[in-house]
Amino acid sequence: MSTEIEHDSIAAEVLEAADHIEAEALAAAAACPAAPADASALAALPKRHTLAVLVDNEAGVLSQVSRLFSRKGYNIESLAVGPTDNLAISRMTIEVFTDDKHADLMCNQLRKLLPVHSVKLLDMDHSLRRELVLYKVNATSHDVRNEVIQIANIFRGQVIDVTSSTMTVSLIGEEGKTEAAQALLAEFGIIELVRTGMVALERGHHTIDEDTKEKGEFNYGKHVL
Amino acid sequence: MELTGSQIVMECLLEQGVDTVFGYPGGAIMPVYDALYQYGDRIQHILTAHEQGASHAADGYARSSGRVGVCFATSGPGATNLVTGIATAYMDSSPVVFITCNVNEHLIGKDSFQEVDIVGIAMPITKSTYLVRDVTQIADVMREAFAVARGGRPGPVLIDIVRNVTLDSCEFESLPVEEHAGSGRLAALLRRASHGLEAPEVDPADIEQLLEMIGAAQKPLVICGGGVVRARAEEQFREFVEMIDAPVAITVMGGGGFTSMNPLATGMIGMHGSQASNHAVDRCDLLISVGCRFSDRVGLQFNTFAQNAKIVQIDIDRAEINKNVETDHHIIGDAKVVLSLLNAQLRDARGSEGGTYNHKAWKDEVFSFPTETEYDDGNGTMTPKQVLRKMAEILPAQTVVSTDVGQHQMWAIQHFRFCHPGQLITSGGFGAMGFGLGAALGAKAANPDKTVLHITGDGSFRMNCNELSTEEHYNLPVITCIFNNGTLGMVRQWQHLIFDGRYSQTTLDRGPDFVALANAYGLPGKRITNLDELEEALTEALDLNTGYVLDIAIDSGEMARPMISAGQHVTNFLID
Repeated sequence: MSTEIEHDSIAAEVLEAADHIEAEALAAAAACPAAPADASALAALPKRHTLAVLVDNEAGVLSQVSRLFSRKGYNIESLAVGPTDNLAISRMTIEVFTDDKHADLMCNQLRKLLPVHSVKLLDMDHSLRRELVLYKVNATSHDVRNEVIQIANIFRGQVIDVTSSTMTVSLIGEEGKTEAAQALLAEFGIIELVRTGMVALERGHHTIDEDTKEKGEFNYGKHVL
Repeated sequence: MELTGSQIVMECLLEQGVDTVFGYPGGAIMPVYDALYQYGDRIQHILTAHEQGASHAADGYARSSGRVGVCFATSGPGATNLVTGIATAYMDSSPVVFITCNVNEHLIGKDSFQEVDIVGIAMPITKSTYLVRDVTQIADVMREAFAVARGGRPGPVLIDIVRNVTLDSCEFESLPVEEHAGSGRLAALLRRASHGLEAPEVDPADIEQLLEMIGAAQKPLVICGGGVVRARAEEQFREFVEMIDAPVAITVMGGGGFTSMNPLATGMIGMHGSQASNHAVDRCDLLISVGCRFSDRVGLQFNTFAQNAKIVQIDIDRAEINKNVETDHHIIGDAKVVLSLLNAQLRDARGSEGGTYNHKAWKDEVFSFPTETEYDDGNGTMTPKQVLRKMAEILPAQTVVSTDVGQHQMWAIQHFRFCHPGQLITSGGFGAMGFGLGAALGAKAANPDKTVLHITGDGSFRMNCNELSTEEHYNLPVITCIFNNGTLGMVRQWQHLIFDGRYSQTTLDRGPDFVALANAYGLPGKRITNLDELEEALTEALDLNTGYVLDIAIDSGEMARPMISAGQHVTNFLID
């Protein structure tokens, strides 16, 4: 019917609210790390979710996946993609800031796409997450260069380029580590910074490919031919 | 044998048993049409007035027959003219294969004449899209496309072939449809599924749990959704609801999945649903939804929908579970398969002790509310209900009805009688005005022996009435009934009820004279002002067996009733 008018202005509001809540949540977490909260309220709170996605290594798949996020009004925090040990299959790690319910819906929509093999919402507590960051900082004096080397060492990073006026540090870690290093390096003036995006794997023997009842249910609609 | 890409397209259509294609030629797709010329004895092509008409016709063909519809269009504007049709098919899970051609490989990406990225445009409104740049891929892609369109939850797919590929040649071996799953891309796709080529068994524990829930329920209600129609599961559905003795509310897409004449039918559910259906949703203690995705037009206010009930969702698409409404239990599977399993268990239980259900008190409660709207016929004009009842009385029971979108659509679904899947063809999810005539032509092409009725409004009909030329040329006799109230009725209704009567741009006080228009296209037509004239004209249309246009005068004050405002609680009727 051509009477649809109101919808979709909500998405923008939700995102704004999400930013706000993130700042608040981080501040609250810093102030009171062990604050008790009931599970459902926690689930409704927007937070960082990490999705692992196995897809066909084909043209157009990335745009198919990313458009699902933009359509629902989610900003992808980070997306990393590359082929797996099987060159026909790529693995994506997507980080998105939303509540549990919408993260689930997102996974469900992804699972419907034909080139998508598996989707798993990773449990943050049982996953290994790493990101590589390159920082290019001002370093015109001997003292500054020494200090940058020390910071790099403390964070187990490496200085990978040096000139008379700049140094480039590479660092691997989760956001807590890379942001802390960034705060320290900012003192000297960061000229440029680049991130690879987070990649993640589950700890232990769990894999994204595990056959579960749920996976079978999703495949049903996709594969009954 | 060595064939060109265009010939391979034709051979692949023949493999799938396709004998009718709707479309419109143009520069980029000329080689395909050249091959069609050669295959003309085996594949009938229906040339529409506009690509949009072809897209809706292929959709109507698919919905009415259960087979896959096929539609051709050229690059650029030809392809973009399909977009409304593709989205309509997607929202209503209708299996259609759209085939377009793009500019030559060396011109791609250069903003060439009639170039558009239709694969990118169609991505969010198809199950899958394919860009074919290699002639050896055509057969493989065609086979996958048909399987995907009709498999699982059906839907549209789009194949875009670059022009030079349709002229290239390669070896082609015809392969029976049953063997497609064992070769090429399709085999790779199926290997990923844990169950391989076999449909997985529905989990017996899930069936058992639902049966327990049915056993515990005092006030069960079943929703007949579009999944019942797509699965052609009307027999299994009827048996199921009769065994558990539960009232049945029918969605727009579920029309024909359960006959509205069955004493268990409570009528339509949702925004323009009956009092009985919507009160039943609110009062039931167990809601079993079969093939319904709880769109906002059904669920209205999701957090209070069926608030007193355990909700069970039976659906083929796992992504529909908990999407709009939180459910308590779900079973994934084809409606026919799941219902058959449930019925077998229910029959077994009946044989032993217990297992029979009688919910008389609950039914009395539900049916104390009206299942259909009554209209005041004191003002001398025909009411929509009178018109539709008269049509249902005169036209054969098997009549296929296509509608456009608006008030007439709601009236048709409420008051015409639908008894079997494929009988009602309507743009339920996408709500595309202008859908009806193209869809009716497709339905007639698929069902030459059935009467096809096209119910429309003056606003909707004006959008794509150009297809009268197709109707006349191919002698596809469709009876078009225009509910002519001189306004854009549904929008006007909202303006009356919600915008304090500010009728902004909804008065359609303009031409054409629809009878004269029909005549101009070489078809008979008549203006109808009373029920006797209606009966006479319908009888004449049936006798003549040609296309026919009835311009039926309806009072502009008539509303689609009842109505619940968007986002309101399901029993919060704005008008009764």
